[in-house]
Amino acid sequence: MIELEGIRKVFNEGKSYALTAVDGVSLTLEARKVTVLRGPSGSGKTTLLSLIGCMARPTAGRIHLEGREITSLPERFLTGIRRSTFGFIFQQFNLVKGVSALENVMLPAYPLGGDHGRLVMRAHKLLDLFGIGPRAHSRAEWLSGGEAQRTAIARALINDPAVIIADEPTAHLDSKLSGEFMEMILRLRDQQKTVIIASHDPLVYESGMVDRVVSMRDGRIEGAGT
Amino acid sequence: MRPWIEKQRNILDFTLSSLARRKGKNIALICVYTVLVVLLASVMFFTHALRKEAVLVLRDSPAMIVQRMVAGRHDLIPAGYADSIRTVKGVSAVRGRLWGYYFDPVVGANYTLMVPEVFEHPAGSVVIGAGVSRSRSAMTGDILPLRGYDGQLSYFTVAGILASDSELVSSDLMLLSEQDFRKLFNLPGGVYTDIVLDVRNSREIATVAGKIVRLLPDTRPISRNEVLRTYDSIFDWRSGIVVVILFAVALAFVIFAWDKASGLSAEEKKEIGVLKAIGWETSDVLWLKFWEGTVISLTSFLAGILLAYVHVFLTPAALFEPVLKGWSVLYPEFRLLPEVSAYQVATLFFLTVVPYTVATIIPSWRAATIDPDAVMRA
Repeated sequence: MIELEGIRKVFNEGKSYALTAVDGVSLTLEARKVTVLRGPSGSGKTTLLSLIGCMARPTAGRIHLEGREITSLPERFLTGIRRSTFGFIFQQFNLVKGVSALENVMLPAYPLGGDHGRLVMRAHKLLDLFGIGPRAHSRAEWLSGGEAQRTAIARALINDPAVIIADEPTAHLDSKLSGEFMEMILRLRDQQKTVIIASHDPLVYESGMVDRVVSMRDGRIEGAGT
Repeated sequence: MRPWIEKQRNILDFTLSSLARRKGKNIALICVYTVLVVLLASVMFFTHALRKEAVLVLRDSPAMIVQRMVAGRHDLIPAGYADSIRTVKGVSAVRGRLWGYYFDPVVGANYTLMVPEVFEHPAGSVVIGAGVSRSRSAMTGDILPLRGYDGQLSYFTVAGILASDSELVSSDLMLLSEQDFRKLFNLPGGVYTDIVLDVRNSREIATVAGKIVRLLPDTRPISRNEVLRTYDSIFDWRSGIVVVILFAVALAFVIFAWDKASGLSAEEKKEIGVLKAIGWETSDVLWLKFWEGTVISLTSFLAGILLAYVHVFLTPAALFEPVLKGWSVLYPEFRLLPEVSAYQVATLFFLTVVPYTVATIIPSWRAATIDPDAVMRA
């Protein structure tokens, strides 16, 4: 369970061009559920996602992860939590170009220093699970949109995280691929993963696989969810 | 320990594939870097080997040379001076030497003419250095004409050519009999060019020199160590000139390295952002940059050292020969004895790898501290 308590995030604080991206958000996100943060561009959903995922610190407020307060932890610990607890799927998937799909999947596990052979096997297994095993050695830029999407999901899962965070995952996908993506999210939920998605795509937040939708506007929450 | 090694192995793996992705840029960098190492290493190997060679050559030379000075210039020394020097305690093997220079207008070169202690060939013969042999196309048995003090030609038979392993000092050398030498330069009997001697106790050299000057105030004793120091300073001065020129090259390289490391493309920045977002720490990115720098600098360093070794010891060091070797137009043609010390390699390492590392450390730190959420905000 993730609890947000009066979260506020201001960029360039104290300057004339300071921007409040998230303004006093308190929210409890249940474990093993699919939650969608919905809202127009600039509503603060991506910022909130990066705060939940320990990529940035809030200007004010506290975040509790499974009851543990994590906002005051030093960067090293935050990185450790980010690595072990969260798997990220970015807008445009952000695969590293020039290296193979397999290596892209393995990248989050590199700093952990586990056995390389086992890591390769685990990555292959994930790629096979998403039906792109034969493309394991293709470079990232040679993958089709669907293949890149699956590779990105496999990468998010390589460290077996409890929480998957996806930022506008369908923004650059057609309806068919967006549908396929949501089916994969369903599989993740079935595997007892907590999924948090930021999206303003109706194909996502109107999907039957979503447990809860949180609407955001101007950095605030509009409703407690549907 | 094992997870740490596995982690480094993983990061190194990724570093290698990262470098392979930007092949053109990295190959260009390695090429420039290697050329710099080749130039620096060549100068160091070359001057060190030359100095070593000079030491070897001078090891068997006399402990002291005594010259007579007239109006501050080196003049002929009467044979009687040798008798006076023999009275100084501690000296031995005192003998007069005859040597001089001969300008050959045919090839525009200066030869060094010298009377050896023992000349086993009959009068009218010369033994010549390999450089003289090459320039005059003279082989054993050929006739070599030399113009005497009066403009008349004297004809000498080439009795032999000096072995090329001593070419550093013998390239422009011509050995002949005392009788021929005196005749060629119209030198009266009873005078020599200088006097050489040995000192039994090497710690007494300075004392002996002082005694000789007191006994014969118009003489100048020169010890073997002073000759060595002169060689040293000549080589240091020559290599210094080249190093100063190379300094400009090195500076350009540091600017290039800085630019390469700091001029991260938007794609590289995004990539680092992605790595940090998916769980890489700042230290992991720094390791990545460290391995990147290590692969580039070690590859260039090793390639540069190997190429410099080939350039200096296996080929005639074509780049530096005219500056660093030879003092006349007869450049000696010889292979230097391969001599590379750990000290030289360490010095080169500090001159090349350390500046590169220093030039890239700040840009690497900047790159590594990109916020992980930058990729989300992009």
